[in-house]
Amino acid sequence: MKALTFKRGIYPPHGKHYTENKPIEVLMPTGDLIYPMVQHIGAACEPLVKKGDHVFLGQKIGEAKAFVSAPIHSTVSGIVKDITPMLHPNGTKVMSVIVENDKKYEEDPSIGMQEDYKKMSREEIIEKIKEAGIVGMGGAGFPTFIKLSPPSEKKIDRILINGAECEPYLTSDYRVMLEESERVAEGLRIILHLFPKAKGYIGIEDNKPEAIAKMREATKKDVNIEVVVLKTKYPQGSEKQLIYACTKREVPSGKLPADVGCIVQNIDTVVAIHRAIVRGRPLMRRIVTVSGGAIKEPKNFKVRIGTTYRELIEAAGGFIETPTKVISGGPMMGISLFSLDVPIIKTSSAILCLTKEEAVLPPEKVCIRCGKCVDICPMNLLPLSLNSHVLHHEWDAFEKEHGLDCMECGSCSYICPAKRHLVQSIRTGKKTVLLNKKK
Amino acid sequence: MESTMNTVSSSPHIRAEHTINSIMKDVIIALLPAVIMALYVFKWEALWVMILSVLSCVGVEALWQKVTKQPITINDYSAAVTGLLLAFNMPASVPLWIPIVGGVFAIIIVKQIFGGLGQNFMNPALAARAVLLASWPNHMTNWTLDGVTTATPLGILKAGLGEVSAATITPLPSLSHLFVGTIGGCLGETSAIALLIGAAYLLYKRVIHWRIPASFIGTVFILTWILGRDGMFHGDPFYEIFTGGLLLGAFFMATDYTTSPVTPLGQWIMGIGCGLITTLIRLFGGYPEGVSYSILLMNLAVPLLDRYTQPKVFGEVKSNE
Repeated sequence: MKALTFKRGIYPPHGKHYTENKPIEVLMPTGDLIYPMVQHIGAACEPLVKKGDHVFLGQKIGEAKAFVSAPIHSTVSGIVKDITPMLHPNGTKVMSVIVENDKKYEEDPSIGMQEDYKKMSREEIIEKIKEAGIVGMGGAGFPTFIKLSPPSEKKIDRILINGAECEPYLTSDYRVMLEESERVAEGLRIILHLFPKAKGYIGIEDNKPEAIAKMREATKKDVNIEVVVLKTKYPQGSEKQLIYACTKREVPSGKLPADVGCIVQNIDTVVAIHRAIVRGRPLMRRIVTVSGGAIKEPKNFKVRIGTTYRELIEAAGGFIETPTKVISGGPMMGISLFSLDVPIIKTSSAILCLTKEEAVLPPEKVCIRCGKCVDICPMNLLPLSLNSHVLHHEWDAFEKEHGLDCMECGSCSYICPAKRHLVQSIRTGKKTVLLNKKK
Repeated sequence: MESTMNTVSSSPHIRAEHTINSIMKDVIIALLPAVIMALYVFKWEALWVMILSVLSCVGVEALWQKVTKQPITINDYSAAVTGLLLAFNMPASVPLWIPIVGGVFAIIIVKQIFGGLGQNFMNPALAARAVLLASWPNHMTNWTLDGVTTATPLGILKAGLGEVSAATITPLPSLSHLFVGTIGGCLGETSAIALLIGAAYLLYKRVIHWRIPASFIGTVFILTWILGRDGMFHGDPFYEIFTGGLLLGAFFMATDYTTSPVTPLGQWIMGIGCGLITTLIRLFGGYPEGVSYSILLMNLAVPLLDRYTQPKVFGEVKSNE
């Protein structure tokens, strides 16, 4: 069968050879654990503990007070050392709970209740996912329980599991599909249990044949689950592009996947759902790829949330050369860090330490109107024109040309031969237009 | 592992390898087969014209940028490409001051005055050719082959349509002559095979997209067949597309980034418009050939085309909703 895909897009070098054959290693934290009270899209959590309190592993330490939010749990047992603003992977300082690990890993009595999801009601499952603090672990961090409870008028008939992993270097989802394929399948079955009329799809790019085979094996008895092969192309794993590739449905501008009957979940998120429902454990761990040319032994880790990036880099053998850039996430959409003393949060998919050759910083030249950015834009925008509007502060024209529809995948900046800061300027444009609207 | 300050910038953190320089270099590589055939057909005369044209363009660009205190950008090869294309658009037998004057006009008047690379609204080489042709028509239409004055195939066709006199009737060169390039014409346009090899390289390297050349050549093919010189549906479209400046214009000039639309629909219209104007000039106009004027005229329409051919955005809500 021909691989499914969206229209346009780019073919960056994969860079996955560093870690694709490295089995997931469990990494135990050595230092203090830092839990920022914001690890998701939505309102910040309020700390439930005080300095000096004893906490158990799995104990809720951050309460979500608003609707769009997700609670945060301690991933070790120990003493609350401090509650203070700490550096967050996004570059700002965020109120954080710091826990000194007593290395006893005493579990909170509330966790570990094993249940059969088939006997649970829809409301019970959603509540459990909410209480487990599960958010989209692909990077955006939108609370999962909200995604799984769309308004009743939206008829959901497709559940898509995003195994595209189109960002170069990243292999965490790939390793999970290889090593925990049964859990991914079971997690999807739980979601399908919530939407009995829906069909489940697991979309995987065709450069991961072993993952395709493993997931087909794990779901061969499920008549309502299909593993679909996607073309290896960036940004195949973008939500709207994945929906188009699998269903040929276009999510209307400003609307959500539920508006076209779809729900998309990330691989690691599905495993977290499985863990929460079947084993009664809140979201406490995630898989992180530590890679890049500056890393001595690139690896995939299963790591407790709250562990610092520095510990992961040390566990990967440290640097062989001073990295030019350290990135949280993939090279296309990740955030570059100025400090390694930030914690793994729920959305940290990778730590990339790129060399001077990998993380190029070419000077910006004039636009020669080659039109390559137009040819590859997955949203069919005119990046060169939006760039010009931003540089000239033409905010009305920016909005009229659908600048707000840009999903910031970065393909335009990648392809530009003049190395113009296209997506970077469009980001500025989006922020400015949205800010002006608030006024 | 002490705390060093890492570089911080907005994503993406990786970039494609190609640059403006590499693209311009690819264009020069793609023009080399035609350069070789020009030397083979027109010998030393072609060499001097090409050298002087390129030197003139590159030199005057550097001089202008030095005088106006701008960074000198001749190492991006764009001026060299302009120079080579300008040389391709004149007979090998022109006096040697012609390529120099043309280069100065192309770079100063057409390119730099409007802001330099990426800002000119007309193809510099073609605009310079138009000025040279209008100013010194005798030099610019003096076709020779092996030292003997000859006519271009399109000139022969045009003359054949007009008053028939013994002096103007020359036998038409065969298609095989058109392929090799042993015919009268501008020094870079005569060899179809050399231009096609270069075009294939540009398409393979994705420097150009096939939309403009395909629609340009396709339109000329269909229209010259329908409107035929020998009556409706009696045209010889194969002969028409391999003769004159069509291949050079369609693959190397109409695809010029700065002076062609960036939208797919705009590129289709650009190609079809060029094909239409070329055919009309060839069949009904006063000149035997219309490729360069067709491209220049469509160049002027590019801002309009870009404005009115914006693609439908992914997920754009239909207005009837």
